[in-house]
Amino acid sequence: MNRRKFLGAMGVAGLGVAGAEKVLAAEDGVTGASVKDVKGLPDSYAVLFDVTRCIGCRQCEDACNYEQHLPEPDVDFFDTGVFQQIRRTDWKTYTVVNQYDDKPPGAGDLYRKIQCMHCLEPACAHSCFVKAFAKRHDGAVTYDPNVCVGCRYCMMACPFNIPAYEYHIALDPLVTKCTFCEHRLKDDREPACVEICPTGAMYFSTREEVLKEARVRVVNNPDKYQSHIYGEHEMGGTNWIYISGVPFEDVGMRMDLGTRAAGDYTSGALGGVPLIASFWPVLLVGAYAISKRREKIAKEERDSFVSQIIAEAGPEAGRRLAERLSRSETLDKAAIEEEVRKALNEAAAKTEREDH
Amino acid sequence: MSNHNHHDTGQSPWITPFNVIAGLIVLMGIYLTYLRFTGGLAAVTNLDDYYPWGIWISFDLLCGVALAAGGYTTAAACYIFGIKKYHAAVRPAVLTAFLGYALVVFALHYDVGQPWRLAYPIFVQQGTTSVLFEVGLCVFLYLTVLFLEWLPAPLEWLKLKRVRNIVIKLTLVLTVFGVILSTMHQSSLGALYLILPSKMHPLWFSSHLPIYFFVSSMFAGLSMVIFESTLSHRYYHNKMDKEHLEGTPHVTFGFAKAAAWIMAGYFFIKLFGVVLNDNWGYLPTFYGFIFSLEMLGFVALPAFLYAKGVRDKNVKLIKWTAVLAVFGIIFNRFNVSLVAYNYHLPSELKYFPALAEIGVTIFVVTVGLILFKLISTRMPIFYEHPDFKGSH
Repeated sequence: MNRRKFLGAMGVAGLGVAGAEKVLAAEDGVTGASVKDVKGLPDSYAVLFDVTRCIGCRQCEDACNYEQHLPEPDVDFFDTGVFQQIRRTDWKTYTVVNQYDDKPPGAGDLYRKIQCMHCLEPACAHSCFVKAFAKRHDGAVTYDPNVCVGCRYCMMACPFNIPAYEYHIALDPLVTKCTFCEHRLKDDREPACVEICPTGAMYFSTREEVLKEARVRVVNNPDKYQSHIYGEHEMGGTNWIYISGVPFEDVGMRMDLGTRAAGDYTSGALGGVPLIASFWPVLLVGAYAISKRREKIAKEERDSFVSQIIAEAGPEAGRRLAERLSRSETLDKAAIEEEVRKALNEAAAKTEREDH
Repeated sequence: MSNHNHHDTGQSPWITPFNVIAGLIVLMGIYLTYLRFTGGLAAVTNLDDYYPWGIWISFDLLCGVALAAGGYTTAAACYIFGIKKYHAAVRPAVLTAFLGYALVVFALHYDVGQPWRLAYPIFVQQGTTSVLFEVGLCVFLYLTVLFLEWLPAPLEWLKLKRVRNIVIKLTLVLTVFGVILSTMHQSSLGALYLILPSKMHPLWFSSHLPIYFFVSSMFAGLSMVIFESTLSHRYYHNKMDKEHLEGTPHVTFGFAKAAAWIMAGYFFIKLFGVVLNDNWGYLPTFYGFIFSLEMLGFVALPAFLYAKGVRDKNVKLIKWTAVLAVFGIIFNRFNVSLVAYNYHLPSELKYFPALAEIGVTIFVVTVGLILFKLISTRMPIFYEHPDFKGSH
């Protein structure tokens, strides 16, 4: 029984066409949990973005908008006024070029394009509780709108702040993000943004080749480039790789993300779940048994004590003592001793009276 | 013993301050519901792409679940650890927890984009790598457990003796199951933030977040039971039977003592967090001030006041301390989910809830109060049903 049949049999994916799509995703996808070590997916597609070559023409934004059938932009793609502020991706923008102050001053403004980094082990896929995201072998991180509940945990989890949401849509809002033009990757064509770039700021190839190219440029031009290759290891590695002439922080890229994949941070906590589920019952039932046993011993001690008193001091005093004891929850030594003294005194008095 | 019955049939007028205010809030809630499901989240919230989670998560989910922890703590103390003196406190605590969780789920219907898919993670496609999946599954199961734990009350009310006796037999199993599920999802709510270390202020981010959330849920639950019993005694005193009235001081002092110890322990594990992550340098900053305020004003202080209240047998002090502790939990959950989160963003990009968003939260809490009132004035919550006395 292969995986597809198994899943089908389990009825996990029994949702018609959408279901068939998802099973395919399970076979092709390499989402975090099932694959421990993705080994950098050397044959997957990747893009090298060279910050030194971007001139901020925003044609990539235009091409993306056209290719993905996105709504008309608020501001025309030729308007450089947008550079006044740092923008991010949103529901009608899958990619954005931002402008950064030139370093050193006078060296010319810097531009950096942002879009989904297509992580090797994506935080969005790890965090999604319906597995709406999948990492494909071709490199793309894809999104299945047919199962998305709209919890937006993927947006919380993404270290690059990429996924956006259709907050304005009343009934069927979706998460939106760059698809790596997966429909084009299937035909071995580069994404629309790469294709249109007039300055060759983006280089499209396999991840292995892209990393090689990045190294060649950095090594051959040590004065021009920072030695760091961004995305080779960040957050476990990404399929979009950046090289830059200025420190990456200067073009808005965080250098403190670390090299661990997002899923690593939660695996410890999730690993505790089976431990709690299996050991808590033992502890709790144990605690219950201990408290029960303590009660039982207390009751036995009380009973034997009462019968002893009855034997010693006559049935009347014994019954009253038993009554008194049964009312108190715990075996209070002082109270018992007090009671015993009283019972014995009474018994003594009684015998005295009888004697007279 | 049935003096509570006289009041049910009494001609309490419909126009009471509670009813009027609650009615107005419900009307507002219906209007906001209409806005939410015609205009989308944007129509009622200030959520944006940087802040996908606002107060509906911070308060309705995180605080709601923490403050409903009285259910598992009280049931465990009574049924597992055999402290029978807390028996009278179990039913109100379980009812509060059941309503609390039900309202958490209710509130999530406003927050998620497509609420009719809320059960997808359980029945359609399971994202088992997600902490949120664990939270969802546990909350779903625990809501069922709480429903069953609460069920004897309506069954006694409906005089369905046989079914009720079957459900009662499940008490221990349900209690154990409840503690397991609570341990898992209370801690997992903290674990939700583990996947985004780069967006969290280091003072609140720690790989021990799940432990912090679980431990703090214990004293949140205990404090909530104390706080609630204060309110219940004010409004439902005539509903309470002898067992309940006699048991209350035991609950107040016992829970205050437990809370004092747990809070002291919590203070030290959080302090160790600062030591282990070497976060001292952050203390003389704005975030450090908020963090210190939380730790000293809302953990150390209530822990001390609880202990003092227990030693001096000062019920009033304990009750006010419970209020302080409850606020402390709310402060902590907001600090984790809104103050520490996105701490590096410039202030103009930060989130502040919209009025309508706060309105929905008030509406949800009000629905909870109305349901609590409806149920506790009809069903045997604060007293044992005369037909079932001592049969627990």
